[in-house]
Amino acid sequence: MSYEAPLKEMQFVLKELADINAIAQHPGFEDATPDMVEAILKEAGKLASLVIEPLNNIGDQQGSRLENGVVVNPDGFKEAYQQFVENGWPGLHQPTEFDGQGLPFLMQSAVSEMWNASNMAFALCPMLTAGAIEAINAHGSDEIKKTYLPKMVSGEWTGTMNLTEPQAGSDLSAVRTQATKEGDHYLIKGSKIFITWGDHEMTDNIAHLVLARLPDAPEGVKGISLFIVPKYLINEDGSLGERNDAKAVSLEHKLGIHASPTCVMSFGDETGAVGYLIGEENNGLSCMFTMMNHARLEVGMEGVGLSEGAYQHALAYAKDRTQGYSPGSEGRVSIIHHADVRRMLMQMKAFTEAGRALAYVAAGAHDHAYQSTDEKVADFQRRRMDLLTPIVKAWCTEVAQEVTSLGVQVHGGMGFIEETGAAQYMRDARIITIYEGTTGIQAGDLIGRKVLRDKGATVSELIAELNEFETTLKAQSGDDFAIMSTQFSAALKAVTESTKWVLEKGMETPHSAGAASVNYLMLMGTVLGGWLMAKSALAAQREIDAGSTDEFFKTKILTARFYAEHILPRSEAYATTVQSGVGAIMDLSIENF
Amino acid sequence: MKVLVAVKRVVDYNVRIRVKSDGSGVDTDNVVMSMNPFDENGLEEALRMKQAGVATEIVAVTVGTEQSQDTLRSALAMGADRAILINAEEAPEPLGIAKLLSKVVEQEQPQVVILGKQAIDDDSNQTGQMLAALLNWPQGTFASKAEFEGDSVNLTRETDAGLETIKINLPAIITTDLRLNEPRLPKLPDIMKAKKKPIDMVEAASFGVDLTPRLEVVSVSAPEARKPGVIVANAAELIDKLKNEAGVL
Repeated sequence: MSYEAPLKEMQFVLKELADINAIAQHPGFEDATPDMVEAILKEAGKLASLVIEPLNNIGDQQGSRLENGVVVNPDGFKEAYQQFVENGWPGLHQPTEFDGQGLPFLMQSAVSEMWNASNMAFALCPMLTAGAIEAINAHGSDEIKKTYLPKMVSGEWTGTMNLTEPQAGSDLSAVRTQATKEGDHYLIKGSKIFITWGDHEMTDNIAHLVLARLPDAPEGVKGISLFIVPKYLINEDGSLGERNDAKAVSLEHKLGIHASPTCVMSFGDETGAVGYLIGEENNGLSCMFTMMNHARLEVGMEGVGLSEGAYQHALAYAKDRTQGYSPGSEGRVSIIHHADVRRMLMQMKAFTEAGRALAYVAAGAHDHAYQSTDEKVADFQRRRMDLLTPIVKAWCTEVAQEVTSLGVQVHGGMGFIEETGAAQYMRDARIITIYEGTTGIQAGDLIGRKVLRDKGATVSELIAELNEFETTLKAQSGDDFAIMSTQFSAALKAVTESTKWVLEKGMETPHSAGAASVNYLMLMGTVLGGWLMAKSALAAQREIDAGSTDEFFKTKILTARFYAEHILPRSEAYATTVQSGVGAIMDLSIENF
Repeated sequence: MKVLVAVKRVVDYNVRIRVKSDGSGVDTDNVVMSMNPFDENGLEEALRMKQAGVATEIVAVTVGTEQSQDTLRSALAMGADRAILINAEEAPEPLGIAKLLSKVVEQEQPQVVILGKQAIDDDSNQTGQMLAALLNWPQGTFASKAEFEGDSVNLTRETDAGLETIKINLPAIITTDLRLNEPRLPKLPDIMKAKKKPIDMVEAASFGVDLTPRLEVVSVSAPEARKPGVIVANAAELIDKLKNEAGVL
């Protein structure tokens, strides 16, 4: 079974929910016309199906290995990456100034979904490179930009993010890697862990972005600087020079994403790794945060991609596997005839579509925020994007745990057998709620920075929009919509009351917000998913009313109804938990655990 | 030399074909449409001729409706220089298409016309041969290898009996087999540039050729679903079934 990009669904979400046609109105995005969007998605889908997906299982089985100081990638990865580069995909959303195509981030999100659905371990390499490009473009000197960006935009060189150290994970203030000034550059010494695609042989060079401390730097986060450390030094004429003192010294053995080399990096083991400052001294963390929004939305897309991949895999099996009898069918039936198997497939499908809708809407907000010439629109969309980002990151990845696990369940005993391929989605998915800020970190960001800091202003705007939508939904006739309307109203009440609780009681004790945060985030994700699914259903109904006989639209309405019946009711449970406060969580002493 | 490549918009090869409920044809509403795979081989061969310095210009041509622009854009994204869309509301039969293409050949004066050996929708396998007859040009069909040499081309043809190598003089018609080459995936910058490449739109009626259908479709039906197998008790029962039920002995 091979992955096939859900082109019709993607185009529907781009148009009806993320409003790509409005985004194409912004200066610089004129190329994102409907026919162009269609052509790009179709061709990206082919590359995903024909070139990238066939390596997914090979990558999982072989993994990347370190042999004599060199990272060896699974068979076919280098060739596939080269084709990816030759065909120009790394540059899709990159600045035209450096020979990128300058298309909207929303388009990038849609094709990222395909790369992730077909082979997430592969997709991580260009994803990290894009993050590095963003940080360099925002904060690097002109000379650094000129030296690195054209090669990184084309994908000829890749980029990495070196943040984590054993004692500095979620808390980067504890970074110890040292940087000392030496003439026009710095010498970097220290080691970093969990460096995704930290070394490989797929390209001639790698640009490492490294957080380190200067000798006289202040303690904590205000004393961290950002450096660019190339794997090979670059000569005046742009040719590659000596090997820099920056090496992968070991690779981690992981639960998933085996093809992606997760490196322990050692900088300056011998002479000191030559690095160049990005941005100002001691301002490194804010340089890194520039790319955080992008990266978090991208990881949310990983959740959507893996969910879609797992769904397609399970669906093919459910149609093929014959087992048992079903009322109304003659003889033995394929298992998709059984109500509970259907329930699982619907749950996978509904969660995936809701996640996609939310992730695309957030990506669209990103484009409006950065590209709109109307200041009011830009400000509104920026706040919307900031609010949605932790929800997309955490909710879409948490949902992916459930979806990929159901994918195994649909396969029954065969799902537990590695050769079937269903388990890989689940193992690969396990990292995405952790890296780029865990679910707990995202929930803290949501409740602290996005809800409490502006005293609920941004979230209230969103809830007001949901209230307006409630009226629209109520007005739509038909049984499916009546069910959606009832469930949505209950969910809206849950989110309204919980938000009120967070604003009033979230600061009551030092732990209130922390205790409530993940359930509040899951509540938000669930309700926003329900909102966008119902919105999709209304758009589908408009098409049917206009005479369309396309089964896609009927399917959309039924999927939205399923979401309302089976997923939205979770809102009330989340709300009850949020509003129960710190309660038993903190009362149990550590000794009694 | 100039190369003319004929392309056709067909139901994508991944789509499970559905027959219309009234049996009048195949349902093409709301299904993914793509370039006929054999035509992709034709275009790929032309692109390789250009890379090798044999061809100088590649013109993609299709007969279809306005929607066929998608297919021409794909051809332009793969690397065709320009495209011609012959607009025909009622899809002409192979003879009609061959007549229209012969007129385009008169205008464009290509040295080679490459067509897929057949389109995967109706599997007619006629247009290339008919075009050769109308133009009175040599034809090399089912090509799995093409080597150009001055005014001629050495073609390896895939036939039921094996491989046949022929040498034909240019100008010539070539129809492609899937083994001729592996079509490239277009590059993102080329997909974007394709939009700016020209597509000439011409009405089929303006060519003044007779497109009157000569065939009548009586009915279209889906192949019968495979029946579940049975386990026979012994060889005698098997032979009995083959004789009396399957009627193959």
